[in-house]
Amino acid sequence: MKTDQAAPSPPIFAVTGLTKVYRSGDVEVRALNGVDLTLEAGEMAVMLGPSGSGKSTLLNIIGGLDRPTTGSVRFKGEELSEAGDRQLTAYRRDHVGFVFQFYNLIPSLTAWENVALITEVAANPMEPGDALALVGLESRMHHFPAQLSGGEQQRVAIARAIAKRPDVLLCDEPTGALDSATGIIVLEALARVNEETGATTAIITHNAGIRKIAHRVFSFLDGRIASCEINETRIKPSEVSW
Amino acid sequence: MLDRKLLRDLARLWAQSLAIALVMACGVMTLILAMGATRALEDTRAAFYDRTRFADVFASATRAPESIKPAIAAIDGVSSVETRVVNPVILEIAGMAEPATGMLISIPDRGEPAVNRLYLRSGRMPEPGHPDEAAIIESFAEAHGFRPGDTFAVLINGRKRQLSVTGITLSPEYVYAIGPGDMVPDQKRFGVIYMHRAVLEGAYDMKGAFNDVSLTLSHNADKDEVMARLDAILRPHGGTGAYDRTDHMSDAFLDSELTQLRAMAQVIPPIFLFISAFLVNMILSRLIALEREQIGLLKAVGYSNARIAGHYAKLTLLISLVGVVIGAIAGTRLGHGMASLYGEFYSFPFLVFSQRPDLYVISTGVTFAAALAGAANAIAGAVRLPPAVAMRPPAPTGYRSLFTGGQGGFRLPFSQLTIMALRHLVRWPLRTALTTLGTALPVALLITSLFAFDSVDHMIDTVWFRADRQDATLTFASDRPEDALMAAARLPGVIAAEPFRAEAATLSNGHRSRRVQIIASDPDTDISRVLDRDFKPIRLPPNGVLLSERLAEHLDLKPGDQVEIELSDGRGRRVLAPLVGVTNSYVGLNANMSREALDRLSGIGPRLSGARVMVDESRIRDLYAEVKQTPAIASVALQGISRQRFKEVIDENIGISITIYVSLAVIITFGVIYNSARIQLSERARELASLRVFGFTNAEVSSVLLTELGVMVVLAQPLGWLVGRGLAELVAKGFESDLFRIPLIINPHTYAVSSLVVLGGAIVSALIVRRRIDRLDLIRVLKTRD
Repeated sequence: MKTDQAAPSPPIFAVTGLTKVYRSGDVEVRALNGVDLTLEAGEMAVMLGPSGSGKSTLLNIIGGLDRPTTGSVRFKGEELSEAGDRQLTAYRRDHVGFVFQFYNLIPSLTAWENVALITEVAANPMEPGDALALVGLESRMHHFPAQLSGGEQQRVAIARAIAKRPDVLLCDEPTGALDSATGIIVLEALARVNEETGATTAIITHNAGIRKIAHRVFSFLDGRIASCEINETRIKPSEVSW
Repeated sequence: MLDRKLLRDLARLWAQSLAIALVMACGVMTLILAMGATRALEDTRAAFYDRTRFADVFASATRAPESIKPAIAAIDGVSSVETRVVNPVILEIAGMAEPATGMLISIPDRGEPAVNRLYLRSGRMPEPGHPDEAAIIESFAEAHGFRPGDTFAVLINGRKRQLSVTGITLSPEYVYAIGPGDMVPDQKRFGVIYMHRAVLEGAYDMKGAFNDVSLTLSHNADKDEVMARLDAILRPHGGTGAYDRTDHMSDAFLDSELTQLRAMAQVIPPIFLFISAFLVNMILSRLIALEREQIGLLKAVGYSNARIAGHYAKLTLLISLVGVVIGAIAGTRLGHGMASLYGEFYSFPFLVFSQRPDLYVISTGVTFAAALAGAANAIAGAVRLPPAVAMRPPAPTGYRSLFTGGQGGFRLPFSQLTIMALRHLVRWPLRTALTTLGTALPVALLITSLFAFDSVDHMIDTVWFRADRQDATLTFASDRPEDALMAAARLPGVIAAEPFRAEAATLSNGHRSRRVQIIASDPDTDISRVLDRDFKPIRLPPNGVLLSERLAEHLDLKPGDQVEIELSDGRGRRVLAPLVGVTNSYVGLNANMSREALDRLSGIGPRLSGARVMVDESRIRDLYAEVKQTPAIASVALQGISRQRFKEVIDENIGISITIYVSLAVIITFGVIYNSARIQLSERARELASLRVFGFTNAEVSSVLLTELGVMVVLAQPLGWLVGRGLAELVAKGFESDLFRIPLIINPHTYAVSSLVVLGGAIVSALIVRRRIDRLDLIRVLKTRD
């Protein structure tokens, strides 16, 4: 579903006619079944939908982790669907920040080092300490993941994702493993980062309560976008009812 | 149902299991090989000695009347006696320019010898009344293609005599047939010839006399006492001192081979068993960690601890079984190869590689035991796991902030990827240490085998280029006055000649004593030199004696001490002489004196036993021809040929063992590195996939794994050199006998080659695992919890 907003420069993502079919033996699973969507610079989008509705598949494709079966994904006007492994690796490295449900921190590196891991290879990164300060973890910088709570670990993951100043921040169930109080802290961090860095942010969630913090909400069903609603007034994460 | 899981586990882990099985197979193979070869040699030797009644005591004399034989037989403990006429001869063989040396040995005119019987391979023994008939030993016959009916010439007491070969035999005295002055057998240039006693008595003017006697003893005989009594009887007849099998050249060589084999059986297989135990531990610990939830489930549904332990023990034993089968097949095949190799060196009528079942039972038993010992700890972990805990994921791994790349203060120039690798190493110190050791051992194993090249080169350089630099050593048929040197110097082609005198003697210090040859030369001898322990030539002192290091050790003597010398000239005179220095020698037990000192000691004035000569190479054939015609020269040792033959034999031997050792080293390296890399990959698949997701390239992600392996492999090198040097020292010590001493020389080149082989093996193993990184499933890992 395309938005009618006109923009002088190409959108961050322009997705058209996207399908993804997984085959295993004789069984064919249509994970995406003709998705069209654009995401604009600085936008915060929430993607809702039940398990298997295709939202994670879409995130993986626009994040350069997977390729569509048919259709086109343009990132700032560049076609991603035909990019090779090497180009996708470079794309993820230079433009995308990821946040996952299970944090995916490196257990042998401290919080600071987990962020530095990324900033060492980024073109125009923040200081790791600044990125951690942005998520309110300046006092826990030298702790290992095993010494941090789940919410703290997820905030480290967010700091790591934004420290390279990515164009997009893709979050797959960032609060899925957290209790509500911690989840709110994580959402606050994401909202703050979106505002301060201007990174286009896509958040996948099961939790419909989160929808109000986004500019737009895409609802997925059976591999399609069933609806797209625009929030005229956004609420703060602290106001989210879990 | 668990058994089905077992087979599937094994199928899934086939590559790692095979790598471990191969390491076990190496252990089984070397064990079967070494133990099988030891038994083959021991059993064959015992059977052959028994069948041919190999003597227990040997002695020679100048000329003893046959009438003393009953007195010898009457010595308490003697069970049989054989007297013989034995003489060295020069052989003339068609198509061979250089003279060969032979040993003429008498056989009784009627019947078989009571001692040292011959084993007839083909043809027949000489018949009485045919003075030109002879039986010859097989090695010599094979080298020249002699068959019954062929002829060759010998110089018997100055007269050339054409001998006709009637039979090919084997003798317990010449299982290892080595000629005078040689270091390794040269079948072409050394032959043993058996002729009737009457013929040799006639030829050497020994009617009714003998110059060689061998005895067998009864079981409870006091050997030392017998030898002392025998010496007393032979002394008036020029007895040179009785000796037993320990000093018998052929048997001593067999003994030293057996010593080496036993050392191999004790040192090499344990290395493999240790490594396989460690590998089993590593792979099983990981498997149990991965199957934590399954174990919890099994326990929850009522499987007993014993069944779960049994399941993993079965897996361990299945892997071991594969190793045992491969090892047993390889060991048996190599054993047959080794037996046929021995067949070339040792003249036995038969040599069967022992395949008795107990050998296989022992190998299987120790391999299973080592594998289970390795598995024990991991299995115990699975047993201890309470079901409720097992079904929860394990607690996250804590790390310590070493190698910090932290901001502010001192910062190590490591990237975060490097820090990841290093911290992981330090997090599992025992495993890191064992993997490093496991990689160091193949380096050590290679050094232990490759150093032989360095040592042999050094030996050749020392023996043939620094010490005995003569082209030939001429030994006179009997001691001659000093003018014989002039005759030797006038031989065609001889550029320079130096005299020497050799006397058999017993050296003693208190209760320690040793029978040796004292070699006496001129003080300023230059062709053949005596070297000190720094390989510098020693000027022979006018008084006193020089002993080689090992002989001095045997006698517990230091320079300045007095040595008691009794020449074996039958006069029984004992003289004290000072030990003036210790010499370096790799061959035999050496005692050196100046000629002046030995002449004085003997009391019969100057005598020469032979001459060492330098020869103009272009006239060497003339010299050969002349020597063959000269009855006064009993034997000639050719240094060039001897050196060449030594190198050939050693190179062939070392060549075979190096092929084996390089293969073993590569298998260990592969077993250790491949398994280590697979386990790391399994433990860190999620981390590494996350790195790929964040945009790190395959090369960067692999670098984490490769850095970790690299650190261990690099650390393993100096450790391997150190262990290798230690093992090489043990091997050199193990080889050391009165016949040989192998110097411990390890050139830098050897360290380098050993490391390169292992590094190569490690790189290949790591690259095989690296390919798996390219195939990491990025999406799946993001959805799962560690």
